[in-house]
Amino acid sequence: MAQAHVPMADKHRDRAPLFEGTAARFVGQKVLRKEDPRLVTGHGQYVDDIVLPGMVHAAFLRSNVAKGRITKLDTSPALALDGVIAVYTHADLRYVPGTIVATMMQAMGGAACPENLLATDDVRFVGDCIAVVVAESRYIAEDALELIDLVVVAETPVVNLEEALTDTHIVHKELGTNITGTIDIPRDPHIEGLLTESAHVVTATFNQARQTNSPMETRGIVASWDRFRGELQLHMSNQNPHEMRRRAADLLAVDESKVHVAQQDVGGGFGQKMFMPREEAVIVLLSREVGRPLKWIEDRRENLMASNHARRDRATVTFALDADKKIVAGYVDINEDAGAYPFGGAGAGAMAGMLLQGPYKLQRTAFKSYAVFTNTCGRAAYRGPWQFESVIREQMVEHVARRIGIDPVELRRRNVIQWEDLPWTTPMQVMVYDNMSPAETLDQAVEMIGYEAFRAEQKRAFEEEGRLLGIGFSLYIEPSAQNMGALATEGATVQISGTGKVDVFMGTGSHGQSIETTMAQIVAEELGVHVDDVEVHQGDSNTPFGGGTGGSRTASIVSGAGRAAAIQVRQKVFQIAAHLLEANPDDLEIDSSVISVKGTPAGKTVTLAQVSHTALYATEGLPPGMETGLEATARHRQEAVTWSNACHVCTVEINRNTGAVSFARYIVSEDCGLMINPMVVEGQVAGGVVQGIAGVLYEDFRYDADGNPLTTTFMDYLLPTAAEVPIIEHGHIETPSNTPGGYKGMGEGGAIGAPPCVFNAVADALWLLGVEVFDHPLGPNEILDALATAG
Amino acid sequence: MSEVTVHMSVNGTARRGRVEPRKTLADFLREDCVATSVHLACEHGVCGACTVIVDGVASRSCLMFAVQADGASITTAEGLANPDGSLGIVQDAFRQCHGLQCGFCTPGFVVSVTAFLQENADPSLEEIREGIAGNLCRCTGYQGIIKAVQHAAATMAGTPTAMTTSTEGN
Repeated sequence: MAQAHVPMADKHRDRAPLFEGTAARFVGQKVLRKEDPRLVTGHGQYVDDIVLPGMVHAAFLRSNVAKGRITKLDTSPALALDGVIAVYTHADLRYVPGTIVATMMQAMGGAACPENLLATDDVRFVGDCIAVVVAESRYIAEDALELIDLVVVAETPVVNLEEALTDTHIVHKELGTNITGTIDIPRDPHIEGLLTESAHVVTATFNQARQTNSPMETRGIVASWDRFRGELQLHMSNQNPHEMRRRAADLLAVDESKVHVAQQDVGGGFGQKMFMPREEAVIVLLSREVGRPLKWIEDRRENLMASNHARRDRATVTFALDADKKIVAGYVDINEDAGAYPFGGAGAGAMAGMLLQGPYKLQRTAFKSYAVFTNTCGRAAYRGPWQFESVIREQMVEHVARRIGIDPVELRRRNVIQWEDLPWTTPMQVMVYDNMSPAETLDQAVEMIGYEAFRAEQKRAFEEEGRLLGIGFSLYIEPSAQNMGALATEGATVQISGTGKVDVFMGTGSHGQSIETTMAQIVAEELGVHVDDVEVHQGDSNTPFGGGTGGSRTASIVSGAGRAAAIQVRQKVFQIAAHLLEANPDDLEIDSSVISVKGTPAGKTVTLAQVSHTALYATEGLPPGMETGLEATARHRQEAVTWSNACHVCTVEINRNTGAVSFARYIVSEDCGLMINPMVVEGQVAGGVVQGIAGVLYEDFRYDADGNPLTTTFMDYLLPTAAEVPIIEHGHIETPSNTPGGYKGMGEGGAIGAPPCVFNAVADALWLLGVEVFDHPLGPNEILDALATAG
Repeated sequence: MSEVTVHMSVNGTARRGRVEPRKTLADFLREDCVATSVHLACEHGVCGACTVIVDGVASRSCLMFAVQADGASITTAEGLANPDGSLGIVQDAFRQCHGLQCGFCTPGFVVSVTAFLQENADPSLEEIREGIAGNLCRCTGYQGIIKAVQHAAATMAGTPTAMTTSTEGN
C-alpha cells in the first residue's frame, strides 16, 4: 500500500524548538492506545453499564404521524400496570420553556422554534415525544407505552424543502413561517458582471441526501437527583461534559455547582452528543420528580428516526471563468432542511456559503442561504456540519470541466492557491488562509493514483470492453479548531503524585478519538516521562472548563492547554531538582523521569519521584519560600482557526447490469500539521472517509409523502460493512500550524472530502456514456435510472 | 409474568437465574451475569455488537431468549482474554492494528473474528471482508479491523506480521 510523507518547512515563523529539555520520544510516534486493553476485553464502561441502587427505567411514547393534533391522551391504563411508577406528559415538566436557538441563522434574528421538550397539544414529526413511562424495568415501561390511550388527528405535513418554502402548511404554528432564517450576501454589480459576461458561465443544482450520525452506542442517560443536597449526578453518553452540566443546571434552575457530569466510555457521537437534546433534557427534569436514579437508553429505531439528521441540502451554484479558465466569481443559493426541532450544528448553510471559495484563487463570491423547518427529524451537528461547501464546489469544478472541455486536474491546478500565495485573504475578507498545502496535496494524490495511466486504462476498458471506470477528486480546506465562544479555549491540570506518576485532568468528552493516548503523549513529551506514567482523566465536569470533543479541536486547543500546564510543572521540577543536585535549573534535562545535568552522562541524577516526594512529603527539602506540590492548571486560547487541508482521489467501476459501484483505489493526501500519532490520524481519516462514502452510495434516510420514515432499522438504513469499503491509502504532508506544537484539526476532514470525491468518480464513469448526474444518493436504483437515459 | 429458571456456563462460570421467558439472552448476560461486553447497538440482529459464542457457534444474543440458551456454554469477549488477564491473540491484534476507536462494536467483532478464524485459519483478504461483514463499525472504516484479522491469523499460524509499534518511544 502506498504511503507518502512529506514534511514541509514552516516558512513564516521562528518557532521555539519543540520539547526543550526533554527527549522527544512520544509525539509523532505510533503509540498504542491506552484505552484499548479495557475495550478489547469488553471492560469498557458505557452508560448502559451503569447500574445504581433503586434505579428505574424510562421509555418514550412517540408520535407515529408527522403532523397532527392530540385529541386524547389518557395515561391511566398505563399507570395501572404493575411495575409502572409514573407516567408523565408535558404538563408535568417543571421548566421554563424558551425557544431553541439552534441554527446560526436563528441566532441572526430568524425564527426560533418553541422548546417543547414533550408534545403540548400537537405532534410535529414521526418520533416526536408525547409521554414518558417510568417503570421498574425497561420491559415493563415498554409494555405500558402500549396501554396509553392516544388519539392524534393527522394534518397535512411539510415533508420536503420545496413544500416548506411555500408556507402552505406550517410546521410550528407559533411562527407562521417555515423559514428559520436567511443570510443574504447579495451580488454587487462587479460580481453580477462577472457572472453574466465572463467567457464561461456555468450553473448547476446539486442535492445532498439525508444522513444520520448513527453512533454504534445510541444516546443514553442516568440521572440521579439528591433531594436532600439539591444536587444532580449525571451519567450520560456525551461529547461535552461542561455543556451538559450547564444545560442541566439551567433546566433545573439550580447552580452549576449542584450538577456533576461523569462518564467513562462513549460509543461514538460524530456530533450527535455535543449538546443536550430533548429526550435527555426530559430525563434530567423527571429525575427530580421520580426521586430515584432514572435511566433512559435509546433504542436503534429511536436513534435512526428521532435523534438527529443532517446533510439534506440543495444548492444552485454558478461559476464564472475567464478565457484562461480561471474561476473569477461564484454564487450559490443554499437551502437546508432543518427538520422540526433542530439543535446545535444546524444552520450550516451560512458557513457553506462563506467557504465556497475553498482552496481556489476565487476573487469574488456571494451567497444566499436559508434553512426551513419540516415535519421531519431535526437537524444537528454531524461530522463536518458544513461539508456541503466542498460537495457544491468540488462537484461543480468537475461539472464545469466537463462543460468547457478541460481536464479536471488541470482546471484545479490553474486555480489552486499556491504556497507563495499565502497568507491569502478570502473574498469576503473574513478569513485569512495560512500554513496549508492544497496544491501539494493535489500533486501528491495525482502522483499516488497514477493519473495519466488511469485515464489510458479507462479509455481502453471502455472502448474495448464497454466497462465504466471513473476517477474523482476532491480538494478542500477546513477551518479546524474554531476560535468562537466556548470553543476557543480549553484548560488542563497536570499533577504529579508523590510517587512521580502524572495525572492530567481535561474537560474533553472522548468518544473514540484516542484522547487518553494522544494527550498523554503531549504531556509525557513535555515532562520527560514515559507515556505509560501519564493518565488522562476526562469526561467529567470536575475538570477545567472546556468546549467538549468535537469540531476537530482537541489536537490544537486541548493539547495547547496540556502542553502549557506540563511546561509549568516541568519548570518547577527543574527548580526543585536543581536545589537537590546543587545545579542550575537551566542546565537540567529530563528523560524517562530522570533529571540530570546536560552533557554529564555519568553525573549525579535525581528522579521525578524523588522530586515529587520532596514537594509533597518532605517539603522541608524544597528551595526556601517555594510553594509545595507539583501541579499546575493552564489554559490555552485559540487565536485563529487552523487550516487543515486534503485531496481525496478514488477510482471506481460501475456494474452496468446492477448499478452497483465498486472501488478500485481510494487515496487521501492530507495535511493536519505535525501528527501527534500517525496511527490515530489515519484511523480518524479512514473512519470519516467511509462515513462520507456511505452518504453518497449507501445511507439515505427516506420519508414517504406523508412524512413516515422508511429507514428505521439497519436493514433499511445501510451502514457500509467491511465488504464494501475500499482499502484506503494515505499520503501525509506536514505543514505546522501556528499553534503550540504545530498541530491542526483532523477529526472531520475525511467525512468532508469523501462525498464529492465518490460522487465525482461515479459521475466521471457515467460521462463515458454522456450521462450527467447531480444528486446524492447514487444507489443502484439511481445509477440504473441514469444508465437508462444513455443514448 | 411468570419466571423460569435457566442454567448456563458463561466464560466457564456456572450461572443460574430466574428470567421471564421473553428476556433476551443479551439482557440476561448483561444484567444477570455481569457480562457487559455484550453490547446492544440495534436489537434487531444486524449490527453484531451482541455476538457471543453459544456452544461453539457465534450467535446474536439479541435474537435469542435466555431460555433458548438453557444448558448452553457461552463465551463472551471477557472470556477471550488469557487466564492471567493479558489480551488474547485477537484482542491484541485489534490493539496493534488500531482496529477500534470508540470500542462499542469491538467485543462483538472480537467474538466474531475468533469464531471466523476457527473456521478459516488462513483467510484471503476477500474472505476476511465477507467474513466480518455481519458486524458494523461506525468509527474505523474497517481498515484497522481488516488488518487485525490478518495479523491475528498470522499470529495464530506462528508468522506474525511486522507491526511497527513504538510504545517504548524512539
